[in-house]
Amino acid sequence: MEKIVLPEIQNYNQIDVYLANGGFESARKAFTQTTDDIIDQVKKSGLRGRGGAAFSCGLKWSFMPKTTDKPKYLCINGDESEPGSFKDRQIFEDNPFQLIEGAIITCYAIGARVAYLYIRGEYHKWIKLMQSAIDEAYSRGFLGAKMKETFSTDFSCELYIHKGAGAYICGEESSLMNSIMGLRGYPRVKPPFPAQNGLWGCPTTINNVETITNIPAIIKNGWEWFSKIGAPKHPGTILFGISGHVNKPGLYELPSGTLLTDIIFNYADGIPGNKKIKCVIPGGTSMPPLRGDQLEGVRMDAESLKAAGSSIGTGGIMVMDEDTNLLKVLLRIAHFYHHESCGQCTPCREGTGWMEKTLHRIDEGKGSSADLDLLISVANNIEGNTICALGEAAAWPVKFMIERFRDEFEKHVGKDISIPVPNKVHSMRGTAVPLEDIQK
Amino acid sequence: MKFQFTEENLNRIEAAKRKYPNPLAAVMDTIYIAQEQNGYITDEVMEEIANVLSIDKVNVLSVVTFYTMYHTKPVGKYHIQVCTNVSCMLRGAYDIWEGVREKFDLDNMHVTQDGKFSLEEVECMGACGYAPMIAVNEDFFENLNKEKVFEILDSLK
Ligand SMILES: Cc1cc2nc3c(=O)[nH]c(=O)nc-3n(C[C@H](O)[C@H](O)[C@H](O)COP(=O)(O)O)c2cc1C
Ligand code: SF4
Ligand code: FES
Repeated sequence: MEKIVLPEIQNYNQIDVYLANGGFESARKAFTQTTDDIIDQVKKSGLRGRGGAAFSCGLKWSFMPKTTDKPKYLCINGDESEPGSFKDRQIFEDNPFQLIEGAIITCYAIGARVAYLYIRGEYHKWIKLMQSAIDEAYSRGFLGAKMKETFSTDFSCELYIHKGAGAYICGEESSLMNSIMGLRGYPRVKPPFPAQNGLWGCPTTINNVETITNIPAIIKNGWEWFSKIGAPKHPGTILFGISGHVNKPGLYELPSGTLLTDIIFNYADGIPGNKKIKCVIPGGTSMPPLRGDQLEGVRMDAESLKAAGSSIGTGGIMVMDEDTNLLKVLLRIAHFYHHESCGQCTPCREGTGWMEKTLHRIDEGKGSSADLDLLISVANNIEGNTICALGEAAAWPVKFMIERFRDEFEKHVGKDISIPVPNKVHSMRGTAVPLEDIQK
Repeated sequence: MKFQFTEENLNRIEAAKRKYPNPLAAVMDTIYIAQEQNGYITDEVMEEIANVLSIDKVNVLSVVTFYTMYHTKPVGKYHIQVCTNVSCMLRGAYDIWEGVREKFDLDNMHVTQDGKFSLEEVECMGACGYAPMIAVNEDFFENLNKEKVFEILDSLK
């Protein structure tokens, strides 16, 4: 299978190797085309954002105003703080120049002269690697004023790294812009959207690192080529990070629409001790968890996961075996969102705290069945009532975990139900017990 | 004593300012530079940051207090960060966290008396596929277990 984002070429992270393999030729090609043309190709390619929401990349670019006296900006989102995600760092490490080339083409397409690459502060090592790649690109004339000569064009752009400082919320696009501007990372009320009113009130586009890294390949091979890879409605490859209870955790670049079970059992080599699967979070902790018996046939693309009752998110797959205490997992997740809530909206600030406290109480053995309903009701009251999507990110795991594993949570609140098999709610490949049977 | 940036750091701050259309945006970089020089951010440090960027001190304060990687109190020579988020937790992170706490007899965000070690329980560090992990200052250590963690800690002089 062809790899687009992380090609298997030795030392591809060195500029000479990158150049020897056609590096920066896509940018050269792009400069011979109109910006409308490029946006059109990206639209037709079907590329959707890899940062969580899977929004059409070309469509987002087309929102940028054509005529404006203001400067325009590109932000490349490498905040990568969603628990379960560890993909962007591999791009920084193994394929920095394709990311830089993607940034150049994107800047040209949307008319931005400055791009900021936002990298989470904890990624010291990857910030250094990326900075030296950027310095190299400058000195070879692929960035900055010298670009005009290199590419025989009258366009040039700058690329700067902005280092985050430990705040999950700064991955949210409007918070990210405030952070770049030197403010607290508070999300902004939308509308206005970034394409109208972004960095310093100027038109701005925000895309994830992996999204941007796909761009040179689309320009080089054409949108038709890209649109035929993987799932038709969500084409291309995706960097799937798989972690938790699997034999070979790690990062796998696979066509979108790959079977989730294929990733777990073939690529990640199954579950240690051949245990059964109780729960899988398919796209980072913000996404609704799936029961082990919901996994069969689920494909890893936006549409399929939606149909299965979850979401593709960042492609960070977390696997939990039959012995996992889901209450502890959910408590940990609730703690995370409580800790990371920026505190601007009451439902999010208070709700995340309330959910954590309630789960804590249940964990101490002082919970009741009513608490479970309370948790779901608190989650429902957060959802849709906040400035940014951290509200949903905090509500979904709680709501869906409890709904989908109700019997297990009932055990923790002392309701005396007998479960003859230690784990009924789990299991793959025809051995699953339907939830209705368990609840009877 | 009044805090002053070194000549070299003043140059780095100038370079940071050139990335942005206004100096306020360079505040995050500047706080990092100050923290590197001083170890942590005090009131005088914030004053000097405001000074070199010609911004209000309240702007510096609001940023310093928002982000977890800026420290307003000293941390140890080795700042040990243990991730206990889900992927790490599923592979034994709490064992490590408890073990490390016991070893140093320290709580979260405390420093040993000799100033050598400090502990922090951190959120997901983007190393979930290589869990469990810890970070010591800026370096990640991955694919660990308790024994390996102790080996690493014992090697810190
Ligand atoms: C709380 C929160 C955290 C987010 N964190 C990230 C992140 O770390 N990286 C990222 O690319 N997108 C993140 N997003 C999504 C961004 O807001 C934005 O949609 C994305 O960067 C757009 O890029 P894309 O269209 O290329 O996916 C986050 C969103 C929310 C609500
Ligand atoms: S939803 Fe939460 S994180 Fe988002 S703006 Fe509101 S309080 Fe802040
Ligand atoms: S959960 Fe520990 S690094 Fe992601």
